[in-house]
Amino acid sequence: MRFLLAGLVFGFVLTRAEVISWFRIQEMFRFQSFHMYGVIASALVVAGVALEIIKRRRVRALDGTPIQLAPKEVGRGYRYIIGGAIFGVGWAFTGACPGPLFALLGSGLAVMIVPIASALAGTWLYGYLRPWLPH
Amino acid sequence: MLASLVDWLSSPWPWYVAGPAIGLFVPALLWLGNKPFGVSSNLRHLCAGIAPCGLDHFTYDWRREGSWNLLFVAGILAGGFLAAVVFANPEPIALSRNARASLTALNITDHRGLAPREIFQWPALATARGFVLLVIGGVLVGFGTAYAGGCTSGHAITGLADRQLASLIAVAGFFAGGLLATWIILPRLLA
Repeated sequence: MRFLLAGLVFGFVLTRAEVISWFRIQEMFRFQSFHMYGVIASALVVAGVALEIIKRRRVRALDGTPIQLAPKEVGRGYRYIIGGAIFGVGWAFTGACPGPLFALLGSGLAVMIVPIASALAGTWLYGYLRPWLPH
Repeated sequence: MLASLVDWLSSPWPWYVAGPAIGLFVPALLWLGNKPFGVSSNLRHLCAGIAPCGLDHFTYDWRREGSWNLLFVAGILAGGFLAAVVFANPEPIALSRNARASLTALNITDHRGLAPREIFQWPALATARGFVLLVIGGVLVGFGTAYAGGCTSGHAITGLADRQLASLIAVAGFFAGGLLATWIILPRLLA
């Protein structure tokens, strides 16, 4: 229930920030406004400071367990650069990352069902091809 | 008092309000249940729930691992409804003049709403630009985030804030792909 509520606030913020807008994403990749960069940079600063405080003070979660964030294995890094670039193309095409896909559907754009379904197909395709892909 | 609150909830938020609010979701989800902020995992959970087909990548207890995140994404959907329908902002997005000119040159002339109406509608799926942007674009989002192990929330916000090298590489990839699509592919597709 608390995660449903957190998601609701998050979807509201994403929409009010206009970061779910195809227009804003185009504006960002064309370097024609500071808006998106301001959103991402200030989100990073706040999240970074919060994580630093959590680590230094050894903050515990609501259920009493020590908060931890699993480090991501870098390996050769192929998956991050190739997968990242593929996602980047899709981000510019749809104007949406996974969260905004759902926020846009909620905003009344029923046709967003299509990119959501094709994103599921894309994720499934990755699961299928995974053994043959460089990571 | 109530009128000004409704007014605030219906107006676009500047980056210095929206950005910090988004950043707070990283500590908030950790505090609420030791959960890492990241939305694209849901695509994997949904695949695991709908059509695992015996694939290793989809064979895990998705209910146990993913229920909280699927609830989070259901909330995002409701939040989009609340912000865009209940507290709708009647004004078009305050895009920069340059962005408007660039998009108009690409035959995107209606700048009202959150996405171009000419393309984000059912009949457009039968056109080349509608099919590429919505269908191919969706496949690339799903495949790319699964391959990279995260999207904007997991890598660009959580991973970078946690100073993870993997996320820095991924974000460089996001931008390389986005710039390629914006500057090389879209002009050829749309103009």
